[in-house]
Amino acid sequence: MKSHDVIVIGGGHAGCEAACAAARTGARVALVTFAADNIGQMSCNPAIGGLGKGHLVREIDAMDGIMGRAADAAGIQFRLLNRSRGAAVQGPRAQADRKRYAAAVRALVADSGVEIVEAEVTDLLVEDGRCTGVETSIGPLPARAVVLTSGTFLGGVMHIGERQIAGGRVGEAGASRLALRLRALGLPMGRLKTGTPPRLDGRTIDWANLEVQSGDAQPAYFSSLTTHSDVPQVDCYITRTTQQTHDVIRGNIGLSPMYAGRIEGVGPRYCPSIEDKVMRFGDRDGHQIFLEPEGLDDPLIYPNGISTSLPELVQAAIIHSIPGLGACRIAQPGYAVEYDYLDPRALDSTLQLQALPGLWLAGQVNGTTGYEEAAAQGLVAGLNATGRHWVPDRATSYIGVMVDDLVTHGVSEPYRMFTSRAEFRLRLRADNADLRLTPIARQLGCLGTRRSSIFSDRLAAVEQLTTALKDTRVPAAAIPEVKGDGIARSLWEWARFPGVDWTVLQRAAPQLSAEPNVVETVLTDASYAVYLDRQEQEVARVRQDEAVIVPRGTIFRDIPGLSNEMAERLQKAQPETLGQAARVRGVTPAAITALLAWIRKTQLSAA
Amino acid sequence: MAAPIFALSSGPPPAGVAVIRLSGEGVFDIVRQISGSRRLPPTREARLRTLRRPHDQAPLDQALVLIFPGPNSFTGEDSAELHCHGSPAVVAAVQAALSALGARPAEAGEFTRRAFESGRLDLTQVEALSDLIVAETELQRETALAQAGGRLRDLADSWRDQLIGIMAEIEAQLDFSDEGDVEASNVYAERMRGGPLTRLVDSMEAALHSAPVGERIRHGLTIAVTGPPNAGKSSLINALARRDVAIVTPHAGTTRDVIEVHLDLGGRPAILLDTAGLRETSDPIEAEGIARAIARAESADLVLNLAPGGNVVNRIDETGETPGFHSGRLHLSARTGAGLAELEAWLTEWAEDHIPSGEPPAITTARQQHLIAEALGALKSAQSKADPVLTAEDLRAAAHALGRLSGRIGPEVILGAIFSRFCIGK
Repeated sequence: MKSHDVIVIGGGHAGCEAACAAARTGARVALVTFAADNIGQMSCNPAIGGLGKGHLVREIDAMDGIMGRAADAAGIQFRLLNRSRGAAVQGPRAQADRKRYAAAVRALVADSGVEIVEAEVTDLLVEDGRCTGVETSIGPLPARAVVLTSGTFLGGVMHIGERQIAGGRVGEAGASRLALRLRALGLPMGRLKTGTPPRLDGRTIDWANLEVQSGDAQPAYFSSLTTHSDVPQVDCYITRTTQQTHDVIRGNIGLSPMYAGRIEGVGPRYCPSIEDKVMRFGDRDGHQIFLEPEGLDDPLIYPNGISTSLPELVQAAIIHSIPGLGACRIAQPGYAVEYDYLDPRALDSTLQLQALPGLWLAGQVNGTTGYEEAAAQGLVAGLNATGRHWVPDRATSYIGVMVDDLVTHGVSEPYRMFTSRAEFRLRLRADNADLRLTPIARQLGCLGTRRSSIFSDRLAAVEQLTTALKDTRVPAAAIPEVKGDGIARSLWEWARFPGVDWTVLQRAAPQLSAEPNVVETVLTDASYAVYLDRQEQEVARVRQDEAVIVPRGTIFRDIPGLSNEMAERLQKAQPETLGQAARVRGVTPAAITALLAWIRKTQLSAA
Repeated sequence: MAAPIFALSSGPPPAGVAVIRLSGEGVFDIVRQISGSRRLPPTREARLRTLRRPHDQAPLDQALVLIFPGPNSFTGEDSAELHCHGSPAVVAAVQAALSALGARPAEAGEFTRRAFESGRLDLTQVEALSDLIVAETELQRETALAQAGGRLRDLADSWRDQLIGIMAEIEAQLDFSDEGDVEASNVYAERMRGGPLTRLVDSMEAALHSAPVGERIRHGLTIAVTGPPNAGKSSLINALARRDVAIVTPHAGTTRDVIEVHLDLGGRPAILLDTAGLRETSDPIEAEGIARAIARAESADLVLNLAPGGNVVNRIDETGETPGFHSGRLHLSARTGAGLAELEAWLTEWAEDHIPSGEPPAITTARQQHLIAEALGALKSAQSKADPVLTAEDLRAAAHALGRLSGRIGPEVILGAIFSRFCIGK
């Protein structure tokens, strides 16, 4: 029996990213899945990226991950969201052709040298309190480390109206034996739910009178390795629910598993089912529905905005009450899924399970939702499972924000990334993800040669332009766009003023030249400079707190000056640093002072 | 709950009554044991009990016993009060009994800290409580009491709610602009800058305006008494304070330091500053005294100048001038007391002008003033930004400052506000 360095359980977004990340470092990796054909499947909406999520994909790409490349290869409509707002909140998004996406992922996984094992994982191998591999339907697979990315398959139950089916996705078996094993470890588990809309047959939709939503003329790709795409581009369409839709929903609300009390899991507030929307927010002028194509050579349409678990007949009545869908055929009914998640506070900052070293968890099983969130965790878990140490931090990446949020606060609903979660949002932009993370990837040894040389060129160009702007002073007369004090400034300072763009700067200093992506990054840094400098001080303060280590296994109850409530909150969160302790919800500054005093005292008596 | 603690909460014995306060885990058991009764008094009602020594049940004192179950007690923990007779012997014996029953003497401020840690008090209330304890005049007491009751907290809570609302609107713009329910343009941001943001800025500015008054109530108005050596400054101060605080001698230059005398001017606190004789000197210690005197006199709210040509004429008993306010100056004799009543009346009127009666001010400490000014600065900056991301950044800085005043505003709070007002989700 040959041994692997890393075994990855699951072939979804977290699993594929984890396996490829580990393999990029040179580790021997096996990916174990029920069905190799299902690797890289998008089980919910056919889109990648968006606000916050697009930032995550760019960060994964900056670490030489695969999600951005696969999305670019499969993209059939690209849009940069928030184009009219500040650069910090602009997020790339793409409609992806399902089949092309899965094919691209499979090709990237194969290229990375990951071995695919088709089997059911039935148990974990445990020796001396460490996870040393997995037991499968075809025999044991020993390994130095295991990454579990079981998605919604743990204790998954599907609800369609009054029907309940065990399993995570339609037509697949749930991993309930593995769930039993994890439950036996006595880990803190909880239950969440998520929903999906019915899939429609696009050939039966009347498109004529629907509002069109087109992609950008100049696509913003996810990966810095992508320069162009030959895949044909398509439009999406928008329609709305009607009074009749709402009447149907209200008339049948008793048949909704959630309202009938058959679902105990907590669903996300930001992605409610159509039942929820109507019951909580009422009619208004109807709720928007985005009709998204599932693929170029696929008639299926994903109606984004009406996820539901009502019975199939009611779903048909709902669909037929919507403009353009009067004669529409439902190809597959919508459903709700309830599943187990592990309270991520049981993980350390690399996503390793504290109670069972050698086992990493990533993706939906940790209480998150979304392909991008899952893939980003897979990246962190996969790299750390190889023995390399990478704790992404809040000041450097959205990945760091997410991991810290998860292991510090846990989740109360499926966790999704938003830009408002990042306190250093101005630094964490989609346009500079490579500058923030690629040097780290290089240090960790997970950077391919092609990306490495592209990055070196871009870094040099960014530094060169920054220096040029700072060193070139021009008189106020050269910048008539700014009505001001008449003082001469460097171009770097002029770039801060509204109305001063690249054209204006180039006119003032014709010798300037740079690639558009370099100009974008440098000018954004210049316009945010005052705020970035201020945040720099805040980052330094935070890093200071992050450097104070809370000893592993601390019994917070025994710390003098901590109230029981504070001790309990800290015990649950098990912070690794003082900074993390301060972010635990409800923990007071006084409690942090007491904790710091105790740490200092313990250090003194230990020294 | 934390370990049980006790402390003598009333003044030092001997006194008529001594109040011993208890808080923490197992306090009710301790009360049962010391009062020799399995039955506790009804919640928040006083009952007469005989306190007994634990090991031999010897009676210690007759006391009123009250219990306050947590979390609705001052500390948020189970608490009790023993009102016993205020002799040193009784208090010592009861405290010894409590120690024997497993409680320990509280450290300074420990009750308040527990209250703070359990969320019963926020920082502004903790500050106010320490003010209440040291309040000297009626108005100081009223202000401290109003704040301990949460006056600034109420104001800060209202600002917090307004700020969360504004931030939720702007953040929804940034995080959910692709959703149907959120307005597709920057209309919201504009609207926020116009209405709610302006209202919030106005409210905070008004509160900051009251800050100097709050500061004056907390620290007292300052009145410097100046004049050449031997002009009778110390005599005047002593006459006003009716007690000997400064060393009064006929020799010049004996007052080397700034001497403070606390006055109550119609309920308004004032501090009289005796300045060292303002003259050239070669004595380094005296020179230091003079430098300090000049610095404090310069920042005083009022100067009583005894120099020739100043606003006060002393020693009218020697010159035979009429006491009282005439020819633009106040005439008096600190030695005979002539004209002192007029001076006091005039000072009281002046104090009332500077600390108007009515609604007590909300802001009373420099810390509060500083944080509110910081938040206000960030909000004003937010008003001027074209880029909504920078508006959001300024709002975040304001929230941070307000958060340090009394509580936190984290991203989860903002997201909660967003989800409660928008139907978001495709």
